[in-house]
Amino acid sequence: MSAHRHSSPLAITGKYLALALYVGFALFPLYWLAKIAVTPDKLIYTEGTALIPSSFTLENFRSVLLATDFLFYFRNSLVVSITTAAITTCIAAAAGYAFSRFDFRGKRLVVAIMLITQMFPLLMIIAPIYKIVAAVGLLNSLTSLIIVYTAFNIPFATFLMQSFFDGIPKDLEEAGMMDGCTRFQALRKIVLPLTLPGLGATLGFIFTAAWSELLFALMLINSNDTMTFPVGLLTFVSKFSVDWGQMMAAGVLALVPSCLFFIFIQRYLVQGLTSGAVKG
Amino acid sequence: MARIELQNIAKNYGPVEVMRDINLEIEDGEFIVLVGPSGCGKSTLLRMIAGLEPITEGEFRVDGRRMNEVQPRDRDMAMVFQSYALYPHMDVARNMGFSLEIRKAPSQERADKVRDAAKTLGLTSLTARLPKALSGGQRQRVAMGRAIVRDPSAFLFDEPLSNLDAALRVEMRLEIARLHQRLETTMIYVTHDQVEALTLADRIVVLNAGKIQQVGTPLDLYERPANRFVAQFIGSPTMNILEVEPTDKGVLLKDGTVIGISPGAERPVACDLGVRPEHLNIVPQGSAHFSGKAELVEHLGSDTNIHAHVPSIGQVLVRQHGHFPLKTGDPVHIALELDKVHLFAPDGQRLDTVLGSG
Repeated sequence: MSAHRHSSPLAITGKYLALALYVGFALFPLYWLAKIAVTPDKLIYTEGTALIPSSFTLENFRSVLLATDFLFYFRNSLVVSITTAAITTCIAAAAGYAFSRFDFRGKRLVVAIMLITQMFPLLMIIAPIYKIVAAVGLLNSLTSLIIVYTAFNIPFATFLMQSFFDGIPKDLEEAGMMDGCTRFQALRKIVLPLTLPGLGATLGFIFTAAWSELLFALMLINSNDTMTFPVGLLTFVSKFSVDWGQMMAAGVLALVPSCLFFIFIQRYLVQGLTSGAVKG
Repeated sequence: MARIELQNIAKNYGPVEVMRDINLEIEDGEFIVLVGPSGCGKSTLLRMIAGLEPITEGEFRVDGRRMNEVQPRDRDMAMVFQSYALYPHMDVARNMGFSLEIRKAPSQERADKVRDAAKTLGLTSLTARLPKALSGGQRQRVAMGRAIVRDPSAFLFDEPLSNLDAALRVEMRLEIARLHQRLETTMIYVTHDQVEALTLADRIVVLNAGKIQQVGTPLDLYERPANRFVAQFIGSPTMNILEVEPTDKGVLLKDGTVIGISPGAERPVACDLGVRPEHLNIVPQGSAHFSGKAELVEHLGSDTNIHAHVPSIGQVLVRQHGHFPLKTGDPVHIALELDKVHLFAPDGQRLDTVLGSG
């Protein structure tokens, strides 16, 4: 326990100033996105750098929602992201538990291989992935994206889940087993409720990763029916012009599911759920 | 109720042998304490009995039935962990009743048993709390309550008091002793604290380096330690060990003092003489075995500990009952209570030669 320190008002002001600068820096792009989204088209170039536009409009949102296929892309992205997050988290939780609790032959090898998969730049494997997906006839399907995203995210998600399981004392499961649980019951009734923050964090991470992925989606999807949202955004760029207003409006809308998702899992991310379990 | 037998138990981790030749019979209702320094294997042995650690070799029986392969949940034993291992997402009542919940006991029975146990342990007002809202001592009680509610055939305690402060530890020690008197259930208790061992145990098992050193009642261990390790591990302050040479008449201390053996006794082959601080006395010069200087005198009220330096013998600790008027730097003359002296062979084993004035 460190003693309570009295800081000078100057130090406190400085601290908050630094925080404010950082927050401003981090949030400025988001502000700019929202600002352009509500700026009428004709003002975008004329008062390009003004912090606050002289008039506002929701026209961009209206045309994005009604005049483009945006809702379609949106739905595709939701399907891909939620499915990927769910599948990946299930597999990663199972694998993470095994890595955390059991010693088995080949454990180190599997960990090493998983680490190696994380070392390659994605660009290197784009061509082979395309070949494989084309060979099994999954081009232009959301399934292909789900499979590829799941495969790419499992190693990291597994390490993440393993660290969460490592944080739960083994004693708790053993106490459960002494109390009459099978290992599986102990997992379900004791470990799983305590891993909810971990599951939430993993779900959120994978969801965001899949939601904003462009490279694979761009390569594996050509038809308008199966385009995901990031690819769809590119349709606002035509050969001769970029429709900034609509693009930014679409971007703002794209933030909505991510925000909702994090608000939903936020309460599971609260740390300290295991405090009080064991001492020392 | 359980009679527990361990026969030739051994434990290996891969090629590393951590425990061997463990033979022990625990009577029904007995309070057994496993004691030893860190890493001696006492917790591993307890975990093997609990079923949390596989037994490499040997046979473990409860009431004559082989249990080696039986799952922990089917062994009918309750365990109190050093870390308490309370389920953090369940309140106190549910923590305590969890074993009944798993066994699908009727909720009325569960509530009754939890209430009884909570009452015994003074937890009645806390049953709705989560573990994180409890103090260390309260958590410890909940962990014990969880074990009591089970009504198991044996209790296993893994250093249950080591996370408590000194005063609370004494209190909980009493509580555990009372619990044993009331329930008369077999209890196996692991500790590194010899005071806990001596005060709680019907019989103590002293372990060192994965082997049993001695099994006996607390008094057995105190009065007739089987070897040097037990002699120095049991008893506080630690037993003095003085180097001696065997002679025809008895043993020769380093400073030239000869201590005779009783008439008719065999010539000892001793190399170490052990004597507890309380079996040394400060005496007038004429009747002393050796003399030295008091380097440090600790006045504890009930006792006085005198750390003396004796030329050519070294450090000797003398414990006198009550207040003893002595100051640092004073000369001290020390006599041994010869019938309380222990002799140990070069390999550390006890020798039964009796020293006398002869």
